[in-house]
Amino acid sequence: MSARFRAGDAVAVRAAYPPGHIRTPYYIRGKRGIIERLCGEFANPEELAFGRDGLPERPLYRVRFRQQDVWPDYGGTPEDTVDIEIFEHWLEPAAREITA
Amino acid sequence: MSERVHGHPHDHDHARTFQPDHDDGGPMPYLQVMEIATRELLFEKGIITPDEVRRQIERMDERGRWRGARVVARAWMDPAFKARLLANGRAGCEEMGITDLEALRLVVVENTDKVHNVIVCTLCSCYPKPLMGLPPSWYKSLPYRKRVVREPRAVLKEFGLELPDDVVVRVHDSTADMRYMVLPRRPDGTEGWSEEALAAIVTRDCMLGTAVPRATERRI
Repeated sequence: MSARFRAGDAVAVRAAYPPGHIRTPYYIRGKRGIIERLCGEFANPEELAFGRDGLPERPLYRVRFRQQDVWPDYGGTPEDTVDIEIFEHWLEPAAREITA
Repeated sequence: MSERVHGHPHDHDHARTFQPDHDDGGPMPYLQVMEIATRELLFEKGIITPDEVRRQIERMDERGRWRGARVVARAWMDPAFKARLLANGRAGCEEMGITDLEALRLVVVENTDKVHNVIVCTLCSCYPKPLMGLPPSWYKSLPYRKRVVREPRAVLKEFGLELPDDVVVRVHDSTADMRYMVLPRRPDGTEGWSEEALAAIVTRDCMLGTAVPRATERRI
């Protein structure tokens, strides 16, 4: 599987709430960030959790979010960030209107 | 209860004057029961032995922060090594002879005079165990996991680390297959120190980002 995104690309996390074992935290769903790096390709934890093989492996990224875009009441500086590992199937391209 | 506190005789129960043991609080949780049942079945079927489990626990307990601290000290002394470590954390550890890393995929994040990094796992308690041993209980606690991701500066202040506004705080949430280690800044006043002396001031919390190393903590 070839990676859809590259470092620097703007992405949005899907605002989806399926049942099961999901490694995309609730607090980041629906938020926009910037790809920090591609980590590699890994078995899908949503399948592994149910005893399946999780194949094919899927691209995993580190995505950087501005804290102010994540928490409306964030009390730190505008440049503070949170970096989160997110699988490709949770990401969609986004308009590049933010800079992290 | 008698007002005479220790002019015996008295009628209070000494055993109750102490905090209860943490595993003495009522029925066992479901997952603990399941863990014991699964373990006993594995023993019964001869798949693993009690001694293998004991050895594994002992081995995990013996891995400690000193492994990561050696890596940090080397990175402080050798800029070329530091560059390789930041590019590939696992390869950097292996280069130092730390090879029993299991499936560890390590991302090393560097503190500078402009950036401070802090590590958390909001979903569970992912931690670079092969490099740093078992996590402290606070790292696994809900208050740390819930708060550090949304008010990191307030949490760090409670750890005794107050960061100026011109230092960017980067939280790293270990949500999937990567594990993280902070490469702290080498403190002033450590010029000329040996690698061993440097490693001695790199505490576990320094590598999680909840503290910074200090030359005043010199031990060697």
